[in-house]
Amino acid sequence: MTQLALVIDLNVCVGCHACVTSCKEWNTSGQAGPLSDFDPYGADPTGTFFNRVQTFEVGEFPNTETVHFPKSCLHCEEPPCVPVCPTGASYKRAEDGIVLVDYDKCIGCKYCSWACPYGAREIDEKQKVMKKCTLCVDRIYDTALAERDRKPACVLACPTSARLFGDVHDPESEVSVAIREGGGYPLMPEWGTQPANHYLPRRKTKLRIHEDELVRADNPLKVDGKLPKPAKAEPSLDDVTSW
Amino acid sequence: MSVSTPSVQEVKKTTCYMCACRCGIRVHLVDGQVRYIDGNPDHPLNQGVICAKGSSGIMKQYSPARLTRPLLRKPGSERGAGEFEPISWEQAFSILSERLAKIRATDPKKFALFTGRDQMQALTGLFARQFGTPNYAAHGGFCSVNMAAGMIYTIGGSFWEFGGPDLDRAKLFVMIGTAEDHHSNPLKIAISKFKRDGGRFVSINPVRTGYSAIADEWVPIRPGTDGALLLAIIHEIIAQGLYDRDFLVRYTNAGQLVNLDEKSDEFGMFLRTEVPEEEGCFDPQNKLWWDRATNKPVITHTEGCDPFLLGEFRLADGTPVKPSFQLLQERVKDYTPEWAEGLTGIPAETIKRLAYEMGVTARDHQIELPIAWTDSWGKEHDTVTGNPVAFHAMRGLAAHSNGFHSIRALAILMSLLGTIDRPGGFRHKAPFPRPIPPCAKTPNTPLAVQPNHPLDGMALGWPAEPDDLFVDEDGKPVRIDKAFSWEYPLSVHGLMHNVITNAWRGDPYRIDTLLIFMANMAWNSTMNTVEVRKMLNDKDEQGEYKIPFIAVCDAFQSEMTAFADLVLPDTTYLERHDVMSMLDRPISEFDGPVDSVRIPVLAPTGECKPFQEVLIELGARLKLPVFVRKDGTRKYRDYPDFITNYETEPGSGIGFLAGWRGKGGEKFMRGEPNPRQWEMYAANNCVYHHVLPRSYQYMRNWNKGYLEWSQRSRITRYAEPILIHLYSEVLQKFRLAAQGKGITRKPPEHLKQRIETYFDPLPFYFDPLEVQATDTHKYPLAAVTQRPMAMYHSWDSQNAWLRQIHAHNYLFINARTARLAGIADDDWIWVESQWGRVRCMARHSEAVEPGTVWTWNAIGKAAGAWNLTPDANESKLGFLLNHVISEELPEGEGRISNSDPVTGQAAWYDVRVRISKVSPGETAPGLQTSSPQFEPLQPYPGQEERKSLWNFFAGGRK
Amino acid sequence: MHPAFSVIFLTTLIGVGQGLFLALFTVESYSAFGLLPPQDSRFYALGSALALGFLVAGLIASFFHLGHPERAWRSAAKWRTSWLSREVIVLPAFMGTVLLYGAAHFTGFNPALATLPSGAAVNVTAILGVAGTALAFALFVCTGMIYACLRFLQEWHTPLTVINYTLFGGASGFLLASGLASIMAPDMTRFYAGWTLILVLLALVGRAASLLRNARLKPKSSMRTAIGVKHPRIVQKAQGAMGGSFNTREFFHGQSAALLRQVKWVFLILVFPLPVGLLAGGVAMESPALLLAAFVVQYLGLLMERWFFFAQANHPQNLYYQAVS
Repeated sequence: MTQLALVIDLNVCVGCHACVTSCKEWNTSGQAGPLSDFDPYGADPTGTFFNRVQTFEVGEFPNTETVHFPKSCLHCEEPPCVPVCPTGASYKRAEDGIVLVDYDKCIGCKYCSWACPYGAREIDEKQKVMKKCTLCVDRIYDTALAERDRKPACVLACPTSARLFGDVHDPESEVSVAIREGGGYPLMPEWGTQPANHYLPRRKTKLRIHEDELVRADNPLKVDGKLPKPAKAEPSLDDVTSW
Repeated sequence: MSVSTPSVQEVKKTTCYMCACRCGIRVHLVDGQVRYIDGNPDHPLNQGVICAKGSSGIMKQYSPARLTRPLLRKPGSERGAGEFEPISWEQAFSILSERLAKIRATDPKKFALFTGRDQMQALTGLFARQFGTPNYAAHGGFCSVNMAAGMIYTIGGSFWEFGGPDLDRAKLFVMIGTAEDHHSNPLKIAISKFKRDGGRFVSINPVRTGYSAIADEWVPIRPGTDGALLLAIIHEIIAQGLYDRDFLVRYTNAGQLVNLDEKSDEFGMFLRTEVPEEEGCFDPQNKLWWDRATNKPVITHTEGCDPFLLGEFRLADGTPVKPSFQLLQERVKDYTPEWAEGLTGIPAETIKRLAYEMGVTARDHQIELPIAWTDSWGKEHDTVTGNPVAFHAMRGLAAHSNGFHSIRALAILMSLLGTIDRPGGFRHKAPFPRPIPPCAKTPNTPLAVQPNHPLDGMALGWPAEPDDLFVDEDGKPVRIDKAFSWEYPLSVHGLMHNVITNAWRGDPYRIDTLLIFMANMAWNSTMNTVEVRKMLNDKDEQGEYKIPFIAVCDAFQSEMTAFADLVLPDTTYLERHDVMSMLDRPISEFDGPVDSVRIPVLAPTGECKPFQEVLIELGARLKLPVFVRKDGTRKYRDYPDFITNYETEPGSGIGFLAGWRGKGGEKFMRGEPNPRQWEMYAANNCVYHHVLPRSYQYMRNWNKGYLEWSQRSRITRYAEPILIHLYSEVLQKFRLAAQGKGITRKPPEHLKQRIETYFDPLPFYFDPLEVQATDTHKYPLAAVTQRPMAMYHSWDSQNAWLRQIHAHNYLFINARTARLAGIADDDWIWVESQWGRVRCMARHSEAVEPGTVWTWNAIGKAAGAWNLTPDANESKLGFLLNHVISEELPEGEGRISNSDPVTGQAAWYDVRVRISKVSPGETAPGLQTSSPQFEPLQPYPGQEERKSLWNFFAGGRK
Repeated sequence: MHPAFSVIFLTTLIGVGQGLFLALFTVESYSAFGLLPPQDSRFYALGSALALGFLVAGLIASFFHLGHPERAWRSAAKWRTSWLSREVIVLPAFMGTVLLYGAAHFTGFNPALATLPSGAAVNVTAILGVAGTALAFALFVCTGMIYACLRFLQEWHTPLTVINYTLFGGASGFLLASGLASIMAPDMTRFYAGWTLILVLLALVGRAASLLRNARLKPKSSMRTAIGVKHPRIVQKAQGAMGGSFNTREFFHGQSAALLRQVKWVFLILVFPLPVGLLAGGVAMESPALLLAAFVVQYLGLLMERWFFFAQANHPQNLYYQAVS
């Protein structure tokens, strides 16, 4: 059984928000749209987004890490938002594991959002239905698009290719390999929701310089005769020994 | 979920302009409305990716801040109030052309044209030159001219579209003073690949944001001390012998002998084998080495000779000489890591380790590519080698008054490591490398400005010596911004940040008309904002404006347009033709020249007109020679026609676009105009990419094949090798003039000391000028800004989506620093410099060096500007740090630009501040706003009403 | 959580309705077994009408919670998995039963359908009463479980949630019944007052237990698990939106901790000692006014209790929405 998902590589995410607005852009005029914006030119502008990038500081100066953290629906394998929905508007597709909302069935009771520990769902204050990431379900199967374009908008946009997309149930898929080899982890594993989306941690490359690497026969200072050499006038044993 | 089938769906390709990066985009339209903009996968620059700005282009296109009609300030209303009445284009053109014709016929320099972050300097520069005014520049002077000048005067190239780090092959990448980059998407693509390939990434920055966030190591540094760090690293590299000696000998002036006879007029200059009578703008190969084998002076690059880099020698005539590398070693002798620790706040151990990491990686991880090439001296090489240490730097290094020398130090460090135009290091992009300095020169006399005549020379150029300065007989500036004067001799991008102040004060003179294109000089692009806004509105005793006429062309209502007498509505990037020209700043890749175009995907909104069309129309009305035929009739139908048919000289075969030239589009760079050139660009993703043969892709400063190709293609005039200037004779020439030596012009008395001090042929460290003029006990903190990635290089205050991400800004303060000042997270605080103060909100942070405070720049807006509501977060909670930064510093009796004394680079990041909590009595709790506040602007005629709810769905309702 | 007033009214109002019905049928059952004197059917009829009134008011309140009330009928679909769906089924069933129960009493259509071995007649109202009782309890379970089943909301995820909903509903219903009895069936007043006292005391125990439990709760999620970085010091600087979002509006009460504490003490006084005092006074002085005042006071207290119930619940998503900059 297929489970489509995103794998987000925090090792290369620079927090540019490309995924945020490319998602908004695709989806507001797509099947999931429109995504309303209130007071877009006024005080406290607020609108519906399926994806947000957040920033966290880890540790204390000078050992601080700044973590940019994109967050959207994680398409849980055990999605707690689905069984609580009284109408069946919230559902998980059997064929690819995408968790979706049927806007025509949604009564806007927001109960599913309460049942999601990740805050991945947002009610559209205009349309009054619950909305969320669809993994661009209206792109990924669209045969009118070139094959390379049959990916979620955020994945295509991401300049650092920090977003991988694929089937996490296929052990040989790019995403499965990334999770396996890159230490991919789910968010809030304590709730047993089994998020399909995974995150890849920061990885550090260090360089170790051995002291003896600084002392070399081919040191260019030698060519110019500038390796530390004692002056001839400096005292030496030659001055005091005669046997 | 059902979607009705839209009637017309189209995909058009063009080039993005949400920032200066210029990615290829595909614009998807539904019923003529923009539905989706994604990256063009076939574009060499962005390879299909797109950023947050590019993805928000729809909200720019349909923004209510858009200007749609030409506007004339209402009679009797004050500048800044933003009260306008709509007029026709015909009225606008006649107002402008009448006024300009008068100026041109009397004193052309009374017209000043300054442009912002545009990408049409080839055209705007041509227009200004044809008009005959010297007063033209783009925004480089207040952006990052130090980065351009410091590197071009050293290695003949610089970062961004001039060149960059070869992260494909680098193993160690050191980024300095970069939050987000001009070349943003390509850099993101490259850094990501670099990290995934296991490269080590070190970021040196007072703040850990953006790219620094994913660095393997963050090295926090105090602002303005980068020069100290780099000099200490150079000290350590030389002390440990970690430099690439072979590279230095052959490709730099390290081995060239410097005349150290203090009595000589040639003191500090390279010894030459003949009297220096140098034709053209290149380095003749007439300098001397001291050969190790024969222990005698020889002409450089003599076959079989190898020079001493260290030591001191005496010529037969007794002249004492030293190789310039020896002088560099002496210069950095006292710049120890321990010394730098005290200035930079970086532990000496870290500095040493960084130096060793660079030196050992460069030496022990050499790359060898099987690419045969021939150097300028005819030596054939079987391989191209590279030392995989790459650097990148931005305004953190540049926007200080000591930035030029810091950047010289960086370029020298890169050269010591042997990384210039080699795999894994720094690589040039065409048309770079260029001679040091490049050939273009300004006139050097006010006589070049004549009524009804084009300017006799370029408005901007690259001075090589004091005689190249654009000054009068008394050494006074000819340009309104005092560029190319003794105050800032190498101000190669001008000093836009001083234009308004100078014009207002009438120093060096008054002007009549100021035409500003796409720059917010009444807000975030100006220092000392409050006062500059007053200057724009100031009148003399007769009640006349001190700057009599201000015209502004922009696509959006802004703080600046409010001060205009005449507003010209520009189009957006989706509604216009544009060229990213080889004559300007093209988008070349490491492997060869690339230029590109924009082709409109939408009709102009309202009465919007592209600025280029305005210039061509004005050019024709003013009968500027290139825009009219011999009989005085208009020569070019419109901008596309101009691009197709204009040649730099009749028959030169060089035009704005390099691709598909020649009658059938078969030529590149040079060729007759091709009537189908636009179509060919359109059919090829709007981009022309000329891939050089592999043997021309590296070592281009000294690559015979490349240089000759470049000469043949007329990219350069000369094919001489471009030796790296570790030691800068150009700077020494100015110093000699200040010392009264030689036959060149001499600086005026009051600037002699300044020139002598700052025109040092070797980089040195000095405290930034403003810091020298500040009581740092009273104002202990450095205050800097960064631009967030989602708004970098963009006008994004009015973008409905992006402003939800950054609606207002805080001052970030190291948590410990804040607590010591009694400031809690979220507190309202005062930020005060010796020049002024702002009120804002504080945000504790662990990602900022304790001696630095910072904020996101240009989030704060004036109330009502950009057609936001007067209570929008940007104006009520956001703030602008510019209010506490001065555009001038006291200098003797007078004032001088707050800029680098070499290049005139605006010293944005030199300001020192103190912070304090706003006391409860100062404003009612809960009613706090940022300060200063300004009278709210009202929407202009022709502006769309701002929506309170926007349910955007392209092509109409679902 | 942001207290949703529609839900606060829904749960408290139907609680009263359920409690009142239970109170009515308790008396009827007692009288059936001869433990209490039989009451005039008008008492039951009017009581049922009153209970139905509360239920209808609750139902109306619930509609204000919905984005699409016109589609409310769809919410019965997922009764197999959703407690909300179950509530949506049980509530009207219960309301119908209460209506029939009241109607049977009102019309006097109450034939005996069977006779128990003890000789007590099983008539229509008894059947409806038993059914109604079962449905009332089912409704308490459904309503409580809507909250208790959300395991991420640790403050709610406890049997105490269901118990307290039941006890609060019962107490408020019996208290109202006391008042009603004091007007229509004065000999029942003390009986109801007694039960009210017991239920209030039990509710106090239940609520105190949940308060104690919640005060000692350790959040299962932390910044560490939220973003998956193993470090004790993780501080949010930006949440990706500065003008607020659904996440900041729906899951935060936006009030100070001090206000929360004040609300807690006020509801504890309004729900427990004050109505008990008024109840005692009302019984002693045989004052329907005092008894009704006791109910009103307690109901106000319950509104605050329910507000506090929401406000105190700390949703793990809030970890992602701490700061802007």
